[in-house]
Amino acid sequence: MTDMTANIPTSHVRRLNFASTEAQARVRSRYRTEARFRWYGIAALTVTTVFLVVLVADIVVKGFPAFWQNSVYLDVALPAETVDPKGNRDTAEIRGADYNALARAALAAAIPGIEGRAAKKQLNELLSSGAADNLREEVVANPTLIGTTVKAKLLLSDNADLYLKGDGTSITRYAATRGIATPTATTGEVKVLVSSNDFAEILVSIKRDLELRGGALEREARRLDGNPDAGAHVKELRAEAQGLKDRYSKPSVAETLDARMPTRLIATNGGLIKISAISDSEATGEVLLPLTSTAEAKAGDWQIVTYETPEASRNVNDRMVTFLEKLKAENKVASNFNFAFFTSGDSREPELAGILGALVGSALLLVVTLLICLPIGVMASIYLEEFAVKNWMTDIIEININNLAAVPSIVFGLLGLAVFLNFFGLPRSAPLVGGLVMALLVLPTIIIAARAALKAVPPSIKEAALGVGASKQQAIFHHVLPLAMPGIMTGTIIGMAHALGETAPLLMIGMIAFIVDVPQGFTEAATALPVQIYLWSDLPEPAFQAKTAAAIVVLLVFLFLMNGTAIWLRKRFERRW
Amino acid sequence: MDTQVAFESQSKAVSSMAGTKPKVVARDCNVYYGEKHALKNVSVDIPNHSVTAFIGPSGCGKSTFLRCINRMNDTISICRVTGNILIDGQNIYDPALDVVQLRARVGMVFQKPNPFPKSIYDNVAYGPKIHGLARGKSDLDDIVEKSLEKAGLWKEVKDRLNDSGTGLSGGQQQRLCIARAIAVGPEVILMDEPCSALDPIATAKVEELIDELKSNFCIIIVTHSMQQAARVSQRTAFFHLGILVEEGPTSTIFTNPSDKRTQDYITGRFG
Repeated sequence: MTDMTANIPTSHVRRLNFASTEAQARVRSRYRTEARFRWYGIAALTVTTVFLVVLVADIVVKGFPAFWQNSVYLDVALPAETVDPKGNRDTAEIRGADYNALARAALAAAIPGIEGRAAKKQLNELLSSGAADNLREEVVANPTLIGTTVKAKLLLSDNADLYLKGDGTSITRYAATRGIATPTATTGEVKVLVSSNDFAEILVSIKRDLELRGGALEREARRLDGNPDAGAHVKELRAEAQGLKDRYSKPSVAETLDARMPTRLIATNGGLIKISAISDSEATGEVLLPLTSTAEAKAGDWQIVTYETPEASRNVNDRMVTFLEKLKAENKVASNFNFAFFTSGDSREPELAGILGALVGSALLLVVTLLICLPIGVMASIYLEEFAVKNWMTDIIEININNLAAVPSIVFGLLGLAVFLNFFGLPRSAPLVGGLVMALLVLPTIIIAARAALKAVPPSIKEAALGVGASKQQAIFHHVLPLAMPGIMTGTIIGMAHALGETAPLLMIGMIAFIVDVPQGFTEAATALPVQIYLWSDLPEPAFQAKTAAAIVVLLVFLFLMNGTAIWLRKRFERRW
Repeated sequence: MDTQVAFESQSKAVSSMAGTKPKVVARDCNVYYGEKHALKNVSVDIPNHSVTAFIGPSGCGKSTFLRCINRMNDTISICRVTGNILIDGQNIYDPALDVVQLRARVGMVFQKPNPFPKSIYDNVAYGPKIHGLARGKSDLDDIVEKSLEKAGLWKEVKDRLNDSGTGLSGGQQQRLCIARAIAVGPEVILMDEPCSALDPIATAKVEELIDELKSNFCIIIVTHSMQQAARVSQRTAFFHLGILVEEGPTSTIFTNPSDKRTQDYITGRFG
C-alpha cells in the first residue's frame, strides 16, 4: 500500500507505472494465462487425435484381414461321367453338375483314411458352400478340361479361414518324450502304452485345472448362500465342486479330458490321437488322423501335441484344426486378395459375402440425391439471395431452412415412409426413395452453403455486369454463379458425404432388407453401405465382425475421398478479393 | 433558406447553358433511402461532349445522383427516386423504358477497379456479346481492339489478351473497366471516383484518357479531388447535404463561386 501511494503522480493525468510490482505481476499473469491457454489447445488437439487414431487403427486392424481370404489348392478330377454325362458339351448341363461333390472328393483324397460320418462331415465343413464356384466357371469356359484333373483353388469356409488367420489356438509340440509308445490300433478308439511316466505332467496340470474350476464353483456357491431362492442351485454347485475335489485330491488316479481343457494329442506313426483319458503312462483316445502302423515308437520319435485353447472356446473343433494343420503343413492352403469382396453381393455365408450390392445401392441413392438436391438447392439459394424481397416471409423461410438442417434424420425417414411409400406408393427398399429422403435431408445443407458462397462474391462484380447493361439474371448466371460454384460444390460434396454415411432414414423406408443381388436400377430393392455395416454387425458368425470392419474401412475411404475432393476444390478455386 | 439558394443557383445554371441542347436533364430529382432523404430537389442540365464534375463532401449525395442517371439505385431495394431525368429528351424513369437498354446507353466506371475475373478479351467482349453488337468473331475482335485503343490500353495488353483481367495493375484495371464501358457504345459515361484507388501516375493516365474521351461522350465524374475536377472538367456541380448548391463552368466555380458554401469548400474550410 505504501508503495502505491508513493507512486501516484502529483498531476491529474493518470499514467501506467510499468515498474510497479502490481504491473509486473499483471504482466506475469498475462503470460501465464496465455501459456495456459496454449496448453489447453494442444491438450484438446492431442486428445482428439489420439481418439481418432485409436478408432481408425482399431477399425483398420480388425477389417484388414477381411480383404484376404484363404483357399485350399487341390487336384480335382473332372470325370466326364459326372460333369457331362451325355457328352454333348451342353453349357447348361456342364453348369448344372455337382462341382461341390468333386471338390469334396478331392479334399477326401488329400486327407485319406477319414472314417465315420461325423469325421467326414467335419472334413467337408472345411470347404465353403461356394468353394467350387470358380471351378464351375472355369470348366464352363473351357470344356476341354472335362475328363482331366485340374489344380483348383477351393474357397475355405469362414471358420477355417478365421483359424488360418490366427483366430484359433496356439499349438505346442513336446518332442522330448522318454518312453517307448505303443498304439493298439491305427484307427478308431486306441490305447497308447508308454514305457515311462511321460504323461505325469499332463495329469498334474489337469488336476490343477480341476482344482481351479472347483474353487470357482465353491466361490459361486458361497456368493449365493444367503439367497433363499437359490438353495437348490447352491446344492448342485456344491455337489459338482465335491465331485471335482474327489478327482483332484487323488494325484495319481487316471483322469478324463473334456472340452473345457486344452486338447492333448499324441503324434505317432504319421497319425494323430486325441487323448480322452490319461494316466501316468497310458492314454486312451480317438484317432483323428489314421496311423500307418501299430509299431512301437522310440523315445523322441513320438510327440505330445497340445492345442492350448480348449475346444469349447474355439469355432473350429479339434478335428478341423488337425485337418487344417495337415493341409497347411503340406502347403496346400494360401491366402489371396479377396476380390470377391468387391465383386459380389451380400450372402449368409461370410466367406461369400461382398460389398458390391451395398456400394451400387449407395451410388444409385447418391445419384438420385444429387440430381434432386443440386438444382433445387442452387435455384432456391439464388432466389433467396438475389431476387427475394427481404420481408417477414423470407425471414420465416430462412429460419425454417436453418431449422431443417437440425432435424434428426430419423424424422426424414418417417416422412419418407409416410409420403413417398404410403401416399405416392413408390417401391419399398428402392434407391429412388432413399435418394428422395436423402435429398430432403441434404437440401438445407446445400442451400445454406450455396447462399454463403453467393454472398461471398463481391457485389462489385454484379455491379460491373449491370453497369455494362447485363440483366440481373445475366449478371447472376454469367458472373456471380460461376464465382460461387466452388463454394457450392464444396457444400454439395459435404452434403453428399453426409448422405453416404446416413443410416437411420434408410431403416424407415425398408432399405435394411437382406438383398443378395446387386441392384440394376433405381426402383429395385437395394441396401446402402452404412446399412450393410449395420446388418453385418448384427450377425452371429464371427467372420462377419471382420467383414463389418472391412465395410467400415471402405465407407471411410469413400468419405475421405469425398471430403478430400471438397478440400481440393476449395483450395484450387479459392479466390481472394 | 437552403432551398431558396439552391433554386437560385439552378436557374442560373440553366440560363448559362442557353443555346446548346443539354444531353442529360434532371428536374426535381429526390432520392430516399428508407426514411432518409438523401437527395433533395436536384435540377441540372449536363451538356454533351464535355466533362461535368460533381464535387462535395462525403455523404453529400453526388454519388447517389450519379447512380440515378443509369438507374443503378434500382438495385437497392429500400431506395426510392422521384422527379424526372431525361436523356436526349427521353425520361429514363418512364415505366415503358427498359433499364437494361438504358444501362447500355449510360456506361459506368466504379470507384474500385472491378474487372471480371476473366481474360482481358472477355472483359471487353462481354458487353457487345450480350447486346449482340458484333457480327461474328472478327467483328468482336475489332470492337475489343478499338475499345482498348480508345482506353489507351491496347499497346500494353495486345500480346496478353487471354491473361486474366485481375492480373493487371490498378491503373490498367481501371482503364480496362473504361474500355469495357465504351465497348457497348454508350452515349453517357458515369465515373464514380475512378481514380481514388490509383496512384498519381495511373491517375494522370486516366485523366488524360477522360480528356480524350470527352469528344465522343458525355462524361460525368464524381471526384473528391478538387484539383482533378479543375483539371478534367468543363463544368462543375457542388453538392452539399443532398442539395445541389451551385453549378456552372469549372473556371467560374473555382475562381468566383456565388455561394458561400462553395467558397468554403473549395478553399478547404470544411469537407
